[in-house]
Formats: sequence, C-alpha cells, structure tokens
Amino acid sequence: MNVLFFGITKDIVGSSEISFSNELQPTSVASLKKQLIESYPEFSKLNSLAVAVNSEYADDSVLLKGNEEIAIIPPVSGG
Amino acid sequence: MKKVVEIVDVIDTAKVYAELSDANSGGICVFVGAVREFTNNEEVIALEFETYEAMALKEMSKIADEALAKWSLNKVLIRHAVGEKGVEEPVVIVGASSAHRDACFEACRFLIDTLKETVPIWKKEKFKNKSVWVSAHP
Repeated sequence: MNVLFFGITKDIVGSSEISFSNELQPTSVASLKKQLIESYPEFSKLNSLAVAVNSEYADDSVLLKGNEEIAIIPPVSGG
Repeated sequence: MKKVVEIVDVIDTAKVYAELSDANSGGICVFVGAVREFTNNEEVIALEFETYEAMALKEMSKIADEALAKWSLNKVLIRHAVGEKGVEEPVVIVGASSAHRDACFEACRFLIDTLKETVPIWKKEKFKNKSVWVSAHP
C-alpha cells in the first residue's frame, strides 16, 4: 500500500510517498491515521487530518484493501 | 462551455471576461485572490502553492456543479494557480455570469468560500527567515 503526502505532512514524513508492507498495512482509514500518529507524533498537533481514498474524502470507517490511491490531506489553505 | 475548472501555473485575469461573457447574462461577477505583502505585520516574500491535482479538480468541479444547481447561472469558472507567487500576483480567480446580478454575486462568494474549505491546495508563506504552512496548526 502506498500513501501520498502533501503540504506539511510531506515535510513531517520527509517524503511525498511511503509504502506499507503487507503485514503492517492498515485496514481502515481510522487505523491508517492511528499508525501515522504513532510513527509521526507531529501529526497529532495539526488542525485536522483528513484522508482521501481514490481522490475522494473518506471518513474513519472506510475500509482499505491496499490497491486504492490513498492520500493524506492536512488542513487545506487554497485561495 | 458552461463550467471551467482548472489548475494552472499562471492566471491571466484579462481573459476571464470573454470566458464568462454570455448573450443571456446581464451580470458577470469575478473574485480574484492575490498575494498580500504583509501577514500579521511580517513581510511576505512569496507564497508557494501545491496541490493534489486529481482530487482538487474533482472538488472544484463539485463546487461548480453545486453553484449551477443553487443559482440560475449561465457560466461558472474556478481557476487556481500553483507554484511560487510574488506580491500582487493573482493566485485564484472565480466567477459566474447570470441574467441578473444577485445570482452571480451570491454564487461568486460561495465559490471562493467553499474552495477554501474543501479543495486540496496548500500554501506556504515564505518570510525572510522562515516558511510556514498556512492553517496547519491551531
């Protein structure tokens, strides 16, 4: 499973993309967020942390198979 | 084309009138967002914009569709720039045309306000000695 990072989350992770091996692969949006906050505590200081699955906002209950395009969406600030 | 939704490197504010103009429109309303020189009395050198383009275009398209459903509009346009932008450069332009002015004024406000809430675009403020991702932290 690959996860894309943008904005401040890209700076925190130090990369625009990371891969999870099969054994560590989160199975839901909620578990993905939990794993990321454990690995990168700075994520918990952000105003918000959203996840997009196949380029649509996905709430915590959405299940992940691993073949989706997954992206971490920190607080947006366009305009 | 009733709806224009784009992410571009440079915004040409001059071409928007032709894009929104319509024989049935007696009113055209446009909002342009630009780079301001000072944030909380600190001098801004530039703003750097990045986007998750595939998703940003989808979200911008949803906003345009919602505006078309809510108001009686002839044309709707949402265009955002990415990359580094200096003071006074345009970074976003939204607009709508309609038979009468009320619809396009209200739609224009909705377009920019909703874009700021939902579209995955991020801006970093570059000051002399530091850079800050806007709205990232409380």
